[in-house]
Amino acid sequence: MFAQTFRAVGASVLVITGGIGVFLAYQSVPTLRHYGLGFFTTRDWNPGSDVIGIAAVLVSTVVIALVALVIAFPLALATALYITEYAPPRLRATLVAGVDLMAAIPSIVYGLWGFFLVMPHAAELSVFLQRTFKPLLVHGLARDLIVTVLVVALIAGLAMRYLARVRSRWSLLPFGIAALALLALAPLLTVVDADPNAPVLDMTRYTRSAFIAGVVVSMMVMPMACSVIRQVFSQTPPGEKEAALALGATKWGMIRTVVLPFGKGGIIGGTMLALGRALGETMAVVMIVSPEFVIKGRILEIGAQSVASLIASEFGEATGIQLSALLAAGFVLFVITLAVNTVAAMVVNRSRSGAETG
Amino acid sequence: MSTTFEPASSATAGSTPKTATYLPSPEDAPSPTPRTNLGQLPLEDRFLTWGARFAAIAIAWVITQQLMPWHGLGWFLVVAALANVVVLAVGTSVTGSNVAVSDRVAQWLFSTAAVIVFVALGSVIVYVLKQGWPVLHHLNFFTHDMTGVGTQDPLDKGGILHAIIGSLIELAIASAIALPLGIGTAVFMNEIGGRFAKVVRTVVEAMTALPDILAGLFIYTVWILALGFPRSGLAAGLAITVMMLPIIARASDVVLRVVPGSLREASLALGASRWSTVWNVVLPTAKSGLATALILAIARGIGETAPVLITSGNATFVHVDPTSGVMNSLPLYIFTAARSGIEVQIQRAFGAAAVLLVLVLVLFSTARYLARPPSNKPSPLRRLRALTRSVARRRTASSTPVEELS
Repeated sequence: MFAQTFRAVGASVLVITGGIGVFLAYQSVPTLRHYGLGFFTTRDWNPGSDVIGIAAVLVSTVVIALVALVIAFPLALATALYITEYAPPRLRATLVAGVDLMAAIPSIVYGLWGFFLVMPHAAELSVFLQRTFKPLLVHGLARDLIVTVLVVALIAGLAMRYLARVRSRWSLLPFGIAALALLALAPLLTVVDADPNAPVLDMTRYTRSAFIAGVVVSMMVMPMACSVIRQVFSQTPPGEKEAALALGATKWGMIRTVVLPFGKGGIIGGTMLALGRALGETMAVVMIVSPEFVIKGRILEIGAQSVASLIASEFGEATGIQLSALLAAGFVLFVITLAVNTVAAMVVNRSRSGAETG
Repeated sequence: MSTTFEPASSATAGSTPKTATYLPSPEDAPSPTPRTNLGQLPLEDRFLTWGARFAAIAIAWVITQQLMPWHGLGWFLVVAALANVVVLAVGTSVTGSNVAVSDRVAQWLFSTAAVIVFVALGSVIVYVLKQGWPVLHHLNFFTHDMTGVGTQDPLDKGGILHAIIGSLIELAIASAIALPLGIGTAVFMNEIGGRFAKVVRTVVEAMTALPDILAGLFIYTVWILALGFPRSGLAAGLAITVMMLPIIARASDVVLRVVPGSLREASLALGASRWSTVWNVVLPTAKSGLATALILAIARGIGETAPVLITSGNATFVHVDPTSGVMNSLPLYIFTAARSGIEVQIQRAFGAAAVLLVLVLVLFSTARYLARPPSNKPSPLRRLRALTRSVARRRTASSTPVEELS
């Protein structure tokens, strides 16, 4: 009787939460049958002319999430290290509470903050970036050459490390070359379809961009990554830390040789959790970006759209085929975030059990 | 004891042999050599730390105000931070090795990142409260709804009463469903277990990080599309339930896991049924943890915008019947008002956001207060009482010599 009752409760919760995936999958069948694979390769969203696809939206979602991660990851890692290793013990509890509070602030509040406070400053930063990096742009043949070098170096590096199992220092050389190539290509991201030296700047070209959405989303996902990383760091065996210090290591030396290797799983897992959250972030993106269905690398330029914000902003007027297409997009988002979160949870759990202490 | 005894013995021992016991007093101890304080940096390092800070501010002032056309506080801070690390590195390399330099630079890096994070947190809270403050002055903001209020009407007309009531109703529905189900699931995962419980736990854990918009989509497809109910407060409440359920279940699971097994065994050994054990022993032991789980879930649910946006519709008047008719809520109100592009409405949005933020802050601090580790320190009330007592005692103690003097 006791067991049955609670088993029933557990089963009902399983049905409710697991039902999300099942229902979304069921609802997206007609759309996927209607558009086939074209649903994933079409860039436009024109319900009027029956052209619907999520290629551009998917790319934009990933771009916004990556921008968010590039900002959030170093901040989360460094803040976690500061809290566990550097902060005065009396302050520690307060700092932890602060990070948790940051995770509890509603996304709509971050949206307001991002739109009215961050956006003007971020737009100015965009103008500055474009002005500064415009002379460093590579064009034409040079760009193709660098891209080729990048791809070749990456493939060679991966092959050396994981196929030929070269473990020497030299096997890192191709990755270094690839990083240099990436650095040379980085100014391409700062292209905006506007003249930064015009007498009257067209600031609207620099607002409502994927970059700004990424900046705001980064502040929302940072605390999540930070708290996971901090928890794993705080489980570092004190004996190993003291051993490193007793051998004469500086604090940074101790962190590099003990804390970071021990917390590797937590760092990866926490970052992936943050990625999952960034992919599904809705309100901040809706408030900031100006909807646009184009695949582009010009992240500083106005216009982007993520899957979640597409659903939120188009849902009001959607009927018939567009509604079912939105449900299908929701299902795709569900599958992506579920995959990312599950892998992250596996990585974190494995690191917590101490299997990766080596 | 000994001090009162000693003079008595020495007074009577004018003629006793010199073997009398001599008790060393603290004053007789040789003055201790000053101990090195290991918790503090040596003087030269402290000098370097502060010197680098002053030098950085000076350098930043010279660069941003005199040399380069980079005006504004932002540039000043960026340049000052970079100058700080450069001075630190150069200063350390004068006396220390490369290892010491990298240690200093690493410390600078981590503390700067922490400062950035907490400045961002502070700016969110301060900015929203500051922008919302002019609106919060008006009492009607809390006691009126937006019925018949034009889009351009000033702030002394209309308010967010309908949004507050809507939020409360939706949260009440969500908590009423999610709390028993969530705790029941946690009990199931902990007290019964088995392979099925493992499946439930995996799914629940995966669902905690679900994008909020999908919860809204789910309720929309099931409740509104498949079952044919209209958009209403109840639908929004259900959507929030779907968001809160995994959070409560997972947090309660963690709490119940640390209830000592010996308590359970003692209860069962005394002949209590499993029902009674769970109801009278396990749940009361985990009471404060469960309350924390609920409050954190409510704090999350109260700010959920995306699911509500899809499922509740949007009303401008107080509506208390959740089963029919559209209903507004705080996050939804903020969203629609902020998107309107009208100055007064945006101000109202900030006012509502300030209310929401204060609610979240209150919920969050309550949760932290309930979840604080049991400390040996006496409670603030008892400490206050002890303080007044000691003050009173000191006053009576000090009053005697005063009387003697006078």
